Parts: sequence; C-alpha cells; structure tokens
Amino acid sequence: MKKKAVISLRKVWKIYKMGSATVNALRGVTLDVWQGEFVAIIGPSGSGKSTLMNLVGALDKPSRGHIFLDGKDISLMEESDLAQIRGQKIGFIFQQFNLLPALSATGNVGLPMIFQGIPEAKRVERATELLNSVNLGERLNHKPNELSGGQQQRVAIARALANEPEMLLADEPTGNLDSKTGGEIMSMLEDLHTKKGRTIVLVTHDIHLVKHAERVIYLKDGQIEKVVKNHKRGHKHA
Amino acid sequence: MIKDYVYFAFLNFSARKLRTFLTVLGIIIGIAAVVGLISIGEGLQETINEQFRALGGDKLIVTPKGGGFAIGAPSGSADLTKDDLDVVRKSRGMDKAGGMIFKLGQVTYGDERKTPFVSGIPQDETKDIFSDIQTFSIVEGRDLMDGDKYSAVVGILLYEGEYFDKSVKIRDRLTIEGQEFKVVGVLGRIGNPQDDSQILIPLEAAREIFDEPEKLDFIMGQVRPGFTPSDVADSVTRDLRKFRDVDEDEEDFDVQTFEQILETFSDIFSVVQAILIGIAAISLLVGGIGIMNTMYTSVLQRTNEIGLMKSIGARNSDIALLFVIESGFLGLAGGIIGLIIGASMGLLVEFGASQVGLPFNTHLSFTLLVGSLLFSFVTGAVAGVAPAISASKLKPVEALRYE
Repeated sequence: MKKKAVISLRKVWKIYKMGSATVNALRGVTLDVWQGEFVAIIGPSGSGKSTLMNLVGALDKPSRGHIFLDGKDISLMEESDLAQIRGQKIGFIFQQFNLLPALSATGNVGLPMIFQGIPEAKRVERATELLNSVNLGERLNHKPNELSGGQQQRVAIARALANEPEMLLADEPTGNLDSKTGGEIMSMLEDLHTKKGRTIVLVTHDIHLVKHAERVIYLKDGQIEKVVKNHKRGHKHA
Repeated sequence: MIKDYVYFAFLNFSARKLRTFLTVLGIIIGIAAVVGLISIGEGLQETINEQFRALGGDKLIVTPKGGGFAIGAPSGSADLTKDDLDVVRKSRGMDKAGGMIFKLGQVTYGDERKTPFVSGIPQDETKDIFSDIQTFSIVEGRDLMDGDKYSAVVGILLYEGEYFDKSVKIRDRLTIEGQEFKVVGVLGRIGNPQDDSQILIPLEAAREIFDEPEKLDFIMGQVRPGFTPSDVADSVTRDLRKFRDVDEDEEDFDVQTFEQILETFSDIFSVVQAILIGIAAISLLVGGIGIMNTMYTSVLQRTNEIGLMKSIGARNSDIALLFVIESGFLGLAGGIIGLIIGASMGLLVEFGASQVGLPFNTHLSFTLLVGSLLFSFVTGAVAGVAPAISASKLKPVEALRYE
C-alpha cells in the first residue's frame, strides 16, 4: 500500500528577528506525516518544537522552504484560505484546553463546524455524538468551569474531531493534568489511532508519552536529531 | 452563521452586564433625547397644524405693515380703510371679506374704570369668517347677532370677577367710551389674560364710539373654493399695491395666509428641533466612541479566544464580522432602551398636557422608530469596525500564546 502524506515539510526554515538579532528556530527540517500514523515530536524547550508544531498545524508560514498540506503549498496561501483548510484538515488539542468559557460542551464542540457553515441541527447532532464517544454524554450542557480538567480535555478532543480532520495535533495534551487523568487522555488518543485509524501528531517534552507513538522525532537546536521507530507500537503503517 | 455570531454577542453581554450597560449609556441618552424630542415635536406640530387648519385654512389676513396678527396696529402706521376692504373683496378668487376694529377702550363698570381691548366684529354675512377663526365659544348667554347694536360679549375674567372687583353678569351694563352696552354673553376661557378680558361689540357700534368711520385694523377674507390661498393672497397684494399706489417690496400692508403663518412657525420649530437634535447627536457620537473603547478592550481580553477560533478554522472575515455584530448589537441594545425612555418621555408630556386640558398627542412615527433603531445599530457597528479589524489581523500563533 502506498503511503500518503498528510503534511510534508521540505527544508523548512523559521527565522525570527528579535531586535537586531535573528533566531533560527528551525533550520532546514524535512518531515512527512503519513496518513494513519501516530508520530511524536519531542525535544527540550528551545529545540524549535513549538515552532514546528505551529508549522505542522498550518498556524504559521515558514521563512524558507515549503510545506505541503494535502498537496498544496501553504507558504503560498492567503491567511483566510489557510484558516479554512486548518478548520477542515487539522484538529487541535491544546495544553490549556482553550475552551470558550461562555459555551456549553456541545457549543464548544460545535464551534469548528460553525466556521465550515454547517447548519445548527447537524452541529448539535454531531457534537452530541462526539461527546458520547468521549464519555461525556451526561455533560452536554455543562460549561467548561463546571467540568474537571480531564473532562475539559475530552471536550477539546471531541472538538478536534468535529470536522473529521485528517490529522489531530496534540500540543502537550497532558501538561495541565495529573498523571492518572493524563494517562486516560493518552489512551483515548491511542484508541483514536488504533481503533479509528486517526493520524495523530503529539508534541511534547515528556519522554514518558512517546511510548504511545509509532515514530518519534527528536528535535534539537532547530534540526531533527534522530527518528526512532517504536517497533512495539509499530503496525500496519510502520 | 450570523445567527451564531449574534448568539455569541449576547453571551458576551450577559457575561459582562454592568460593562455592557455602561458602554451603551451614551447611546441610550442620545436615542432617548432624539426620540423624545422628535415625537413630542412632531406631535406638537401636528396639533398646531390641525388647529390652524380647522380655524382658517382658507382664510387670509390683511394688516397694516408693522401691525401683527392679533395685535392692534401701532399708531403712525398706514391705516387700512373700508376702501381697501372693497379692493380685497373684488380680488380674484376671494369669496368674501370683512374688517374689524381692535382697540383699547375706556370701560366703566360700577365705579371702576379700566382699559381692556375692545373688538368691533362685523355682524353681516362676513361674521362667520371671524367666528371661525377666533376659537371663541359662548359659555353663558348668547353671541352677538345681526340687529344688535349696543350689545357686548365679555371675556371670562370679567364674568369671574377677576378683572373688575365685581363680577359682570348677563344683562349687566357696561359703559364703553361713554356709551352704555348691555352684556349678552360670556366667552369661554382662551388662556391668556389679554384675550380673557376683552370685550366684543358689533362693528357698527365700535365705529361710532371710537369715531372711526373708515379705518379697519384688520381685514380677513375667505378664499373661494377651488382657489389656493397663496395665489389669492398674491392677487390681493397686487390689487392693493395698485390701489394704494406703492411699489413692490415697499408695501405698507401685509397679506398673510394661515399657510404662511404656519410655515413661519414650522421654520422656527425646525430650527429649534435641529439644534436640540444636534446636541443629541453629540451624545450619540460620544456613545459610539464608548463602544469603540469597549470593543478594543474586549479584543485584548479575548485575544486567546480569537487565536483559538482562528486555529479551528475562523477566517479573518469571520472574526471581523463577529466583532462588528457584537458592537452593532451593543448599539442596538442602547437604541432599544433609549427608544423606550424617549417614548415614555413623550407619553409623560402628553399626560401632563392632558392634565392641564391641552389637546396634544405625541407622534412616534414608524420611520422614527425604525430609523432610531437602525441608526443605533449602525453607530455601534461602525464604532466596532476598527477594533474588529485589529482583532481579525491577530496572528493565530501569537494570539494563542497571549496571556
């Protein structure tokens, strides 16, 4: 079976100007995320991990090099088109959950669908279905401040799945959770990968989390230091 | 989608009720002032128009130059005479015309002597022109009629004993300029002391006692049906100019239609209203700036939310629209509250007026209603444009990281 890349980075540089100094956050990174794989990007702070995550998530454009999302070069796209594509192809899971406090769980899960112009009835139906799948069927109308951290992150996972994205991008998803709850979230992500065949990109500094991934990319000083295949986890796509 | 944005706006308002209220206060005051002033003003103007029309839409008045309507001609100005009346009567489009005398007279009642206004009213077929125009009603006794000579109708203050020490009753006798008159009727209250203390007598009697066989203080004419009062006024002016041998723009007389009087009144009214509305507009401007300020604050406070929305697919235009709708509805909320307050002000004035017996209805037109709401929404939306643009231009990466 031919492997299909969800996102491909080719010799990507990201250069920040801090006053008169320039910082090369990424230096010629080439990377493919294959459909259906679970890849972890790990590195200490300052390694360019966040920058890489922003680029993989199409939140930012490279200074040099090319990034192809679904075959299209995002460095050539307008911000609005990028937003549209982001909404369709990528589901974000953040360390801070980033739920809108005024909206219920259903409202938060429905939010990405609003920007895709999906009618309300369908949004509510899909949001309910997704919240059921993350075991929050009893919490549909709760506001974020009425939910525990783990529950909030599950709402965020449901939200990330709202538009059936090609890739889930999780940025330190357990960073704000205790280890037990964090473990639950990680096994939920693993289930999404093994049982539903979701493509997952996990960005973390926590070495303990990478055991869930099939492939681990070690980042250091803005470059890929090494790529390790996790044979215990490796299966159909590896 | 717009529906969702409106819903988001209301969620934000309810999360920050006090700030929302303070923000829209300027709009509330502005709209309340505009709605109140316009509805009261339009109502007032309508009432006045109606009363004028009822009185004399088809009438015109000729007075000596400098002498105003309802005020006797100042001495020294050119007089009008019976001959002028004849000219007026023969003017094109004139149905009928009559003249009256209007003077301060020496009046003795019992031992008292005073100087009220005495009007000489014609008792021929032109009488009804005058009775139409003077909103006189007879509350006691009867009106003057054909055949009366030394009969008088007196103002209500005389009847009530507020003018002379002793009250004047029907069949009492008054001496005016040395001639004894019999009181036959009492006028209803007009509302000002001058009118309420006047005495009406037949024109013939007035000519005799004031020794004015020719002079008239004003001439009033009724326009023939089918003619426009202003056209007839023009031909009267032309005819009188010729008869009195004066040049154009140097007339020593005035010809006025009620339309003109009404227009003059409307003009003054419009200016006053424009000034008041101008002041209200300043309040709306300040209100708009208040909304702008709040929206900028809101963009800062919600930078994180904006970043999140962008990361999950909101385009720049979605974010901009979200903020413009929110600020538009802030304006609209102010507009609705302002409208309610303004309309209540109008009703309060209406109630107050009815308590003192003035016929007056405030007029809240559909245009004013919809216009003020639309205007408040637009004011809010426009004030929100700049903050909305700055929100839409936030970079998702930076916005997400903003603390």
